[in-house]
This record gives sequence, structure tokens and C-alpha cells, in this order.
Amino acid sequence: METTTTRPVDNGVNVEALLGAREALSEAPEAARFQWRTTCEWINGTHSRSTVEGFFGLGEEQRHRTAFTFDADHPEVFASEDHGATPVEMVLAGLASCLTAGIASVAQMRDIQLRSVTATLEGGMDIQGILGIDGEVRNGFDGIKVRYEIDADATPDEIRAVVAQSQKRSAVYDIVTNPTNVTVDVV
Amino acid sequence: MRTTTVIIGAGHAGLAMSRCLAERSIDHVVLERGEVANSWRTERWDSLRLLTPNWQSRLPGFGYDGEDPDGFRDMPETIAFITRYAKAIRAPVETHTTVTSVKAMDEGYRVSTDRGSWETKAVVIASGACNTPSVPRVADLVPAGIDTLTPMEYRNPEQLAEGGVLIVGASATGSQIADEVHRSGRPVTLSVGEHVRVPRVYRGRDIEWWMDRCGVLDERYDEVDNLDRVRSLPSLQLAGSEDRHTVDLNSLTAIGVKLIGRLAGIQQGTAQLSGSLPNVCALADLKMNRLLDRIDEWVLENGLEGTVEPAHRFEPTRVEASPPLGVDLTSGEIRTIMWATGFRPDHSWIEVPVFDRKGRIRHDGGVVEAPGMYLMGIPFLRRRKSSLIDGAGDDARDLSAHLAGYLARNRTAAGAPREVGTGPGVSWR
Repeated sequence: METTTTRPVDNGVNVEALLGAREALSEAPEAARFQWRTTCEWINGTHSRSTVEGFFGLGEEQRHRTAFTFDADHPEVFASEDHGATPVEMVLAGLASCLTAGIASVAQMRDIQLRSVTATLEGGMDIQGILGIDGEVRNGFDGIKVRYEIDADATPDEIRAVVAQSQKRSAVYDIVTNPTNVTVDVV
Repeated sequence: MRTTTVIIGAGHAGLAMSRCLAERSIDHVVLERGEVANSWRTERWDSLRLLTPNWQSRLPGFGYDGEDPDGFRDMPETIAFITRYAKAIRAPVETHTTVTSVKAMDEGYRVSTDRGSWETKAVVIASGACNTPSVPRVADLVPAGIDTLTPMEYRNPEQLAEGGVLIVGASATGSQIADEVHRSGRPVTLSVGEHVRVPRVYRGRDIEWWMDRCGVLDERYDEVDNLDRVRSLPSLQLAGSEDRHTVDLNSLTAIGVKLIGRLAGIQQGTAQLSGSLPNVCALADLKMNRLLDRIDEWVLENGLEGTVEPAHRFEPTRVEASPPLGVDLTSGEIRTIMWATGFRPDHSWIEVPVFDRKGRIRHDGGVVEAPGMYLMGIPFLRRRKSSLIDGAGDDARDLSAHLAGYLARNRTAAGAPREVGTGPGVSWR
């Protein structure tokens, strides 16, 4: 196996396109306004199915290559039928995917070749909150721990800096760490 | 009145430019709304000292010749220093002359003031980068009964009500004020977003000495990867003091200051805090260590290993395991909120279309898009040191040369379309 220094760094991220988009969008900020959407249909019990397909961005309606569906349910210990991940696990998955995508992009930008990236996430929760046993207990996570194992052509501090930068630029990290106004209407 | 160049602002930047124009025998006037060094006289707190050592305040034709090159000037000394400079270079300063507008004419500009107007071929804007405190919109939601103020109104802790103080922002201003307010017996809670951590002293030398020697401060605006980003970097967490102690988040928590996350919102009287505190601290620690790595490499390359203290690393920023995500602002514990959330320049009097969509002047290293207009004294204008007193000299030398070229070309090509000085729009690259 020859050394990797002669090969161009390739994490599968199209940096040129990202940089181009960044330049173009700083000139046309209105095109940077995106709207992400999902629909969700109740199936039975705690089982539901969400579908994502269309979104808005770059000034017009856009579509995914295909519709993606996500089944959510609760496990049997909740007396449910376990047809899918729990919604809170999907939040962990969203955070993990967002940070990991960021790591690949930042590493590419910094000419760091990744060989493997593995994230393990834990969200602690006292379910006395959601069960209404104790009103002082929060419904959501009492904290999220993310642990990365990364094999890359870089020093430990360079890898740590990539991970820190990825958090700084992550949408889901921002959504999870900062409050967001949520309005729910019934039509 | 007519002149060739009007310099707006008689601080270190405007005066450095005045000196460089005088060397080129370019007729000019320096308009100053108050006295020389006005912001230092009227907009700074009592205990503030310069964050850069005495030796580092080098201005064209002027340097430090005192007994304490490694000391830090207090405000009276800073005012005296800049005033001495104005006298030494015999700068043509018109004090108590407030510019009310700058307008383009067929040729050159009309600079209107409360004491008459000037017609001029060129204008240098040196009115400062920190004219107005940037206060976040969330300030409107602060519950009644809490005093709020900005660092510009702050003079000393005694001015604040007894009781807790929430300081929002942990850059140079916020961290220094947190230190003295907490020591005054008013418990400080410090809301920390992105910040730049550096030690005051490393390997026996001041951090500014290292950054000067290693060439960090001379890095040019056209050589950095992301100019927008470096121009908006928070100020270094630094303090100037007699004992040269480091003021950073660890020194603040050691005296009892409580660190909380970035202020994200206020709802029903509760300040909502971001859960990003561990990451902003990790970012700052890593960034500091990259600077220290660079210093260590420079020491090795220059064969100085052994002549300076050995390399070492500082304790990472201590953050409690689960920092609070909210602070009740109605409990009476917090009596005062200080917005140490940065400053921005006030260029509202410039009536020439040179602004980008965020209201910043479009310029290429201080050469403004409008021909014959120049900008000085803002962060990373031409170099990393551009915001320092020490950076004004090189910037003034470069820009005065460009200005002289502009005047010369304009003279020889009278009547020809003016195209000098329209540098490329500054993009992020």
C-alpha cells in the first residue's frame, strides 16, 4: 500500500460545489432561504409513518430523488409493537448524521483524508416526565453524549478541531442546543 | 474650504495617515468631532489599559522611549501618547468639528461638518471601528426591574446596583469587566459564545511579542482563506495589567464567576441559554493551541530552543458537566445585564453608495469602491494587526501610496473616466 500523501484527499465531498454555492448565495441571500418539510400519517397505536419528498430552496420547489419514509413506534416495554425507531432515537440519528456529514465536509475542506468515522450517541431521559409522574422532570433528554471514533490522516488535535467545527456549523446541533419557536395548528 | 484630502477622525489611524500624507506633501486636514483621541477620552471604562504592550504602539515616526516597554498604558497615558503624536507630527487637526455628511461631487467629495464644509479630492475614513455597541434584539425582552447597560456607558463597578450581574459576551471587554465586577462583590454570571482564548504570557514572553515575531500579526488580508470570517472574529480574551495576569474563563471561574452558554432568547422572564458551551470552549482551546504550536515551531526553526522557557500547554477551559440552560431573570438575583456583545462602526453620515447589504463599506484592503475614498482602522483591513495601534502605520503607508497614485493619475488624465480604486468587491475568499 503506498502512502496516501500522493493521492488527493477524497472523502466524497464536492468541495468546489459547496464553495461555489457559498459564493453564489452570499450574493443572492434570498435563494438561501430553504424550507424543509415532512408529512406524518398515523398508522395504529404509537406507530406512524413520516414521508419526506418535496422541499423549497434556491427560489423554487425541489424534490428528493425519491420519497423517503420513516416508521416510528415505541418498543415493547412501552406496550407498543415496535414497528420502528422511537422519535427520540430519530432525533439522535438526525444529530449524528448532521455532525458526521459536517465532519466529512470540514475534513475535505482541510485536506484531511478520513478512513472511518463512527459516532455513538446516548440521550439520557427520565421518563417520569413523559408519563406525567413528576411535573418537575423534563420530557426531553437531560443531556446528549456523542462519542466519535475517527481514523484519519491527521493529528488528534486536528481531528478534534474538525469535530468542533462540525458542531459549529451543524443545523441539528443548533436545533438541539438552542430554543426554537414551535407553532402547532389544527385545521 | 478646499483641500486635497480630508481625514475623518484624529485617533491613531487618522494621525498615522496624516503623517504619511505629509511625507508625500499631500495637502490635507484631519477633522475630529471632539479632541484628539476622543474615543479613548470619552468611551472607555476607568481601569482599562491597552491590551498591547508599550513597545508595540509604533506609529510612523513615533515609538515608545519610556522605561517600561512591557507595561500597558492606562487611559490617561494612552490619551497623552496619541496627543503627543498629533503634536510631534504637527497634524492639521480641526477639533470639535463633527462631520455630518460625505457626498460625491462631479470630481471628489463634499465633506459637510457643523463648522462648514470642505471640497476635497480624497477622503480617508478613520472614525473608528467601535462607535456603537452591538446589542442583540433579545435585549427588548429583558424584564422590568433589571438595569441594562453597554460597555460604553460603563465606568466602574460602583456604578452598578448591588447584586448579581449578567454579562453577555466573553471577549476582551466582557471578560475584563467580569473580572472587576465580580471582585467588587457583585456576583457575575458570564454568558459565553464564540471567543478567542490566548494566554497573556507564554514561554516567558508576552503573547503579542510572539505574534509580532512569528509574523501572525503581519498576515495579509489577501492571503487568508476566509476574509469575512477573520474580519468578524471576536477580540482576543486579553487584559493589560501591571502584574500581567491572564484573564480567561479559567481565571474567572477560579474567582467564582459562573459560566453559562450563549444567550439564545428570553421567554417569560427566563434567559434561555444555548447548550453549546462545551463546544465553544473546545473551539477556543484548540485554536489557542494551534497558535502555541506555531510559536513553538518558530522557536525551533530559529534555534531559540533553550533561550526561552520550555513549551507547555494550558489547562483546557473548565466547564461544568451540565451548565444551566436557563436563568430566571425575575428572581431578583440578577440586577444588571451588561451587553458586551461587540461594537460596530457608525458610517451613517457617508452618503455615497459604498455599502454592502449588511451595511458594511465595500472595500479592497481599505481602498473603498468609490474612487479616492479610503478606510482605516477596522479589523483585518489589510493585516491581522490592522485593528491595533501598531497596525495603523503599515496600513497608512500602503493606502497613502495608493492615494498619491490616485491623485497623480487623476491630474494627468483630467476629464478621463475615473477608474482608479475600484478594487474587486471583497468576497469571502
